[in-house]
Amino acid sequence: MVSRILAILAIIGAAAVLYPLLTGVEGFSELSDLAAVYVNQAPEEVGAQNLVTAVIVTLRGLDTLGEVAVLFIAASAVGFLMSGSGRSEKLGEEQSVPDRGPSEILQTGSALLFPLLLLFGVFVFIHGHLTPGGGFQGGVIVASGLLLLRLGQGAFPASHRTLGTVEAFSGAFYVALGILGLILAGGFLDSRILPLGEFGSLLSAGTIPVIYALIGLKVGSELTSILTLLDERKEHA
Amino acid sequence: MSVVVVGFLGILMFVAALFALYQKSLVGTVISAGAVSLLASIVYLILDAPDVAMTEAAIGSALTTMVFLYALRQMKEDQDG
Repeated sequence: MVSRILAILAIIGAAAVLYPLLTGVEGFSELSDLAAVYVNQAPEEVGAQNLVTAVIVTLRGLDTLGEVAVLFIAASAVGFLMSGSGRSEKLGEEQSVPDRGPSEILQTGSALLFPLLLLFGVFVFIHGHLTPGGGFQGGVIVASGLLLLRLGQGAFPASHRTLGTVEAFSGAFYVALGILGLILAGGFLDSRILPLGEFGSLLSAGTIPVIYALIGLKVGSELTSILTLLDERKEHA
Repeated sequence: MSVVVVGFLGILMFVAALFALYQKSLVGTVISAGAVSLLASIVYLILDAPDVAMTEAAIGSALTTMVFLYALRQMKEDQDG
């Protein structure tokens, strides 16, 4: 009882501390020095209409590479753990329960939604330099489309091996593009090795659309391959 | 104006989070946890952060909810056997 009251007091205290942040949201009237440099120079130098993407992919490209690496390590660790536990449980349970099967609504709905989700995911990561969103968001949308298809139709459309190959190649090409930037342009992951093109058109901003497409493929296949492990583990069991 | 809307959405998030905690069925818990994320992504959108809003909507409310539902289904099948 005392601990519950303390917990409620702690929540009220946290709310009281955070409340000024809510009322203080007025928008900034002027930019900080670093932000001003980004806002004023990025459109000419990077050529991306979406400033957030210009910062994420080019100006702070190394951080994004680190983020992709973190996701990769997490996916590898999950894969390692899951494939290990699958074999140890093999002896425990012999026959698998017959699948009850997805409902009519789920089957029809997933068949209808999957192409749209795939298209939307690809749209989001191809247009990362023009509109909000980008490789990570697009990749997750693709992965959730694939998972929806698994729930509705009972199988993933791609095997673990295929997904792993897609992931490996997109990651390798991403790093290769970064090294090309080091050789041909101003530094690692510099996007100006391709012409900047017309500001605001689909093929603009140098390599940003290519990099975001690669990140999208990598994130999508990575997350899906974690989920295929769940299936394969079940087949082992 | 936006403070009122954000505050209202915040209260809704709080209610959804409580609902997730004190819900009897696990499916209901997963759905209301997803609703918390969805409301959070609307808050981000109002606060002019569309990129973050998309990430939250895609990861927090779509993928996480589906992964939890998928795992629940697997658990149920394991228990039935």
